[in-house]
Amino acid sequence: MAHLDWLGLKMELPRKRQIQLTILSFVLPLALWCAVSYLPWVWHPLVRVTTPGEVDYFAEDMDVPRAEFAAQCAKMAAAKQQLPEGYRVNPVYLPPPHKVALAFVTAFQTPPRLPGEPWLHESLGHSIRTILWGFLVSSIVGVPIGILCGSFRFFSKLHEPFIEFFRYLPAPAFGALCVAVLGIDDPPKIAIIFIGTFFQQVLVIANTVRKVDPSLIEAAQTLGASRWRLVKRVIIPASITDVYTDMRILLGWAWTYLIVAEVVGTMSGITYFINQQARYRNFDNVYAAIAMIGVIGFGSDLFLAWIGTILFPWKRKSKGTKPGGPFRWLFRNPSNSRSTSVVKPDQELPCPPSP
Amino acid sequence: MSAITLTIPDYRTQTPEVAERFLRIKQRPVIFSIRDLKKEFGKSDDRRTVFEGVSVDIHRREFICVIGPSGCGKSTLARIVAGLDEADGGAVLMDGNTITGPGPDRGMVFQGYTLFPWLTVKRNVMFGLEMGGMDSSNAETEARQWLDMVGLAKFEDAYPNELSGGMKQRVAIARALAKGPRILIMDEPFGALDAQTRAQMQSYLLQIWRKVDVTILFITHDLDEATYLADRILVMGTNPGGIVEFIENPVPRPRSPAQIHSPEWLALKARLEAHIHPPVEVEEERLPMVKLTTAGDEVE
Repeated sequence: MAHLDWLGLKMELPRKRQIQLTILSFVLPLALWCAVSYLPWVWHPLVRVTTPGEVDYFAEDMDVPRAEFAAQCAKMAAAKQQLPEGYRVNPVYLPPPHKVALAFVTAFQTPPRLPGEPWLHESLGHSIRTILWGFLVSSIVGVPIGILCGSFRFFSKLHEPFIEFFRYLPAPAFGALCVAVLGIDDPPKIAIIFIGTFFQQVLVIANTVRKVDPSLIEAAQTLGASRWRLVKRVIIPASITDVYTDMRILLGWAWTYLIVAEVVGTMSGITYFINQQARYRNFDNVYAAIAMIGVIGFGSDLFLAWIGTILFPWKRKSKGTKPGGPFRWLFRNPSNSRSTSVVKPDQELPCPPSP
Repeated sequence: MSAITLTIPDYRTQTPEVAERFLRIKQRPVIFSIRDLKKEFGKSDDRRTVFEGVSVDIHRREFICVIGPSGCGKSTLARIVAGLDEADGGAVLMDGNTITGPGPDRGMVFQGYTLFPWLTVKRNVMFGLEMGGMDSSNAETEARQWLDMVGLAKFEDAYPNELSGGMKQRVAIARALAKGPRILIMDEPFGALDAQTRAQMQSYLLQIWRKVDVTILFITHDLDEATYLADRILVMGTNPGGIVEFIENPVPRPRSPAQIHSPEWLALKARLEAHIHPPVEVEEERLPMVKLTTAGDEVE
């Protein structure tokens, strides 16, 4: 009976099954890849020649289309000459999984071919640095503007129409301009990531902030919160978990802009590595490098999600953590210097009552 | 129509004690008055009057319930009094001064849960105190006392999502009362709770009100709730919107749910019932007969 419940609409799955499915979601495409790579009858459109035989233009280790190989075989057989030999292979641009897996290790160990070229880890480091700078600069400007636009109609009307227009301008279109203004090294790349991230960021965050439950704001108003305190003590904390999620998604977008940014000016970072390896026809390294971007992106997202559970304890069901976590400063009054207790007018009744 | 015959006294019948109670209430100072209040909705070319000519004087430490059919603007009235909405005419006076916006002299408890989810229970209660300029340690002591009063001292470090609906509303009451408002506005605060919890909360509220010097303006659509809680009940109507009647509640205090069958209670409720649920005029014969059982059941 239990297996029938797998497909219950909107039904919670048991945790064990969830983990199984998560693993399966990775295993399935991998299995497909394995099938294509290791089962010759699935695809393998080429034949790798091991013995050229009498075919004059065949050479050892040459890949020829199957039909051509068969035609040549038939021709040689008819002429009673030595037949070529070979085995079926996939094109060179589709290496089998084990080679790519191996490349994850070997790519780091292989020294660059030319003395001036960076190692893989240097390329990756360069990419991560570029993306962090771009995202940081964008966030320093974008998050406050987003919060202002979400909180006040004034700023929303002042900034958002232009930003809405600007976000349709594709960031790569600014490549030449950025190089002309900022040179050929890292600054134009950071600028591209900034342009790609910033405008989306303002709009997304403004929208998130606008979605803060208005009854929370009203409750705070009846409790005597003034305008700026409402922003600081209600609107920001009420939206911060969603803003944090937005930032995680935006960081993912920044990775897509990275590849564009890195071909601007002098090619650098992981893109340079991928291009070089493709030029050398080391496609296993190419796949490994692309997968590494995925691993870094996905891994950093999981890491940030975990950090989120520490930063925002109220989102968890369990208890026992200090309120506010590292963001405590947001949730408390900054050192109220006035230490005099407010004396309530006409207080005949004990308020609150004596025990 | 009904086979039950009850001798229900006129709801205005008051024992001398009750009459004396209202006399005493009326001798208290008026802290809060609504003068000829008017509210409209809609765009300028299609304006609909929600209510007009609402004038009420409320004495200190009175418990006022506002009831009325949905759409009569009772929640809007509460929001205007709280300063969250603006009136289109008339004024609301606190101690003779016109109110212009939300202020610390008026606390509000909403129907929905409006505790700040990112703050612990204690910090929620401290919020209003800190906004009033109290320093953290004093506010903490004060907040603890209020949590003690609503019986939630044990939960001071819990987050709102760890509390039940009734507990959340008790914290909300503590939070609203902590900053010492003159008047506590409650907009169907127990509307989202189940019947049993609601009954408990009503008793809690009366207990708290007995200990605290606060006037309560309580919006509800539950007739029993109004009868159980109120000193006076403001009945509002629609078309035209406004006050239908301002009823003095003859049910003696201290109240208990056991009074629900007392003649005063029933009389008052019958009166309210007539205002809120006027008899529906349907020609019974014309009602379509649908889904009758074929078993020939006797259906009344």
